[in-house]
Amino acid sequence: MNSETAKTETLARQTIESLVREDWGRLLAALIARLGDFQLAEDALQDGLESALVHWRRNGLPRSPAAWLLQTARRKAIDRIRRATNFRSKEDEIAHLMEQDAEEMAMEATPEIPDERLRLIFTCCHPALAPKSRTALTLRTLGGLSTSEIARAFLDSEQAMAQRLVRAKRKIKQAAIPYVVPQREQWDERLQTVLNVLYLIFNEGYFSSHGDAQVRVGLSNEAIRLTRILLTLKPDEAEIEGLLALMLLHDSRRGAREDQNGFMVALEHQDRDLWDGEKIEQGLNILERALLRRTPGPYQIQGAISALHAQAKDHDSTDWSQIVQLYDELFRFQPNPVVRLNQIAALSYAQSPKLALDRLRELEQDLATYQPFHATRADLLHRTGRINAAEVSYNRAIELSGEEKTRAFLSQKLGRMLRGE
Amino acid sequence: MKYLALIYAAPDTGPVPDTPEFGKLLADYQAASETYEKDGVLLAGEALQDSDTATSIRIRNGKTETMDGPFAETKEQLGGFYMFECANIDEAIKYASMIPTAKYGTVEVRPIMDYSKM
Repeated sequence: MNSETAKTETLARQTIESLVREDWGRLLAALIARLGDFQLAEDALQDGLESALVHWRRNGLPRSPAAWLLQTARRKAIDRIRRATNFRSKEDEIAHLMEQDAEEMAMEATPEIPDERLRLIFTCCHPALAPKSRTALTLRTLGGLSTSEIARAFLDSEQAMAQRLVRAKRKIKQAAIPYVVPQREQWDERLQTVLNVLYLIFNEGYFSSHGDAQVRVGLSNEAIRLTRILLTLKPDEAEIEGLLALMLLHDSRRGAREDQNGFMVALEHQDRDLWDGEKIEQGLNILERALLRRTPGPYQIQGAISALHAQAKDHDSTDWSQIVQLYDELFRFQPNPVVRLNQIAALSYAQSPKLALDRLRELEQDLATYQPFHATRADLLHRTGRINAAEVSYNRAIELSGEEKTRAFLSQKLGRMLRGE
Repeated sequence: MKYLALIYAAPDTGPVPDTPEFGKLLADYQAASETYEKDGVLLAGEALQDSDTATSIRIRNGKTETMDGPFAETKEQLGGFYMFECANIDEAIKYASMIPTAKYGTVEVRPIMDYSKM
């Protein structure tokens, strides 16, 4: 192989890699809009990529690789429909697709690829799909992650994940989950479903401690990237800004959350110099823009809580009473006992551990098997000097925690308390 | 697309006959049916007799076995259905959520198989 061919080959591979990375969601969204079929669109795009590799290696890159790929994928789709056994019933469809194709060929300039990703994300996050399927489908179609990458991130077998994706795509087709952006009257509710999926992806990479660290960082970054895309598609939506700010502010602490030995470090003991100042500033700016729109929502409130931590010089000088108030606001949107638990933890600093401990009783029934409830109680008991009772609560929390890192973290806290540190 | 909305509720969870609540339930069903007619989405809809009146049959080794009672031993029982003609599941969900029993029971929405598209 001479050096010229080797260069063409490298360039072709790099272009394809970057297309998959950057443009997969956009190309797939445009194809689904044209074909009305998720599986067909995905298969055709995959065919198109294979074709691209062969052609571009041989002939060099086309003027617009993305447009070339989209057009090739559309033709591959027509081939696939033709090959299907019952193609007679699809004659009209094929004729229609070919007509569209010819029309575009007649146009001299490279056609602009329409951005249909907003439709795609609302379909992938449709409430008629199971929550886990929404997440997987969003990562696969919008993020362009491979099935094995998604399986690894969620500790599933590749086969199980592949089946989940196939089932979800089948349901979209057979139950006619529409490929549309929801109307105004459903907008708020459906947007929250989309944001929940993105936040779930972020959290899987941020709070979970299982799996490969590299994979987890990748997942959080992917969630941030997808939220940024969503914001460019819908730039005036305060809750999208709220979520993006929340993610950036959380993510700014990534470097301080674990010590050299991989142990979790509580917010209270984190070295704030290790926080990423650039991410904090970005998060704060985006949050400020969101709050100026005066359309409050749960993600903006959570973002605001995270911002108060980010702005505090240290744990003691945090504006705890405002955090307590913000949890009241959050409770209006999310009336669940976990919000109350977080509020009580903040209350213990705003007022006193004694008062917080009294308030904790209300949650005992609802959160009896919830690890953070017992961990919080243990901490409050410790701070009111009731060491024996705190030990019982720590042990209960350790018993209930499913993750090794959380267990190690709680055992460490218990050990320190017993040694009187 | 045709969708079947299956209406499930546990016995004794809905309003009791001869109460104002029951009257409201009937009026709500009436109102829902009127909307379905007006929007032209209603293909069929019936209420079923109590699940005590159900008979289940199955054929095993060529013999018909007949049994008293509904098929599934679940708390919630099938009480009625609607069949809608809708453009997509969002529309079907919209009409299915107008079924008053959804307030205390569960409505399951299932697309009807279309053999012409297979």
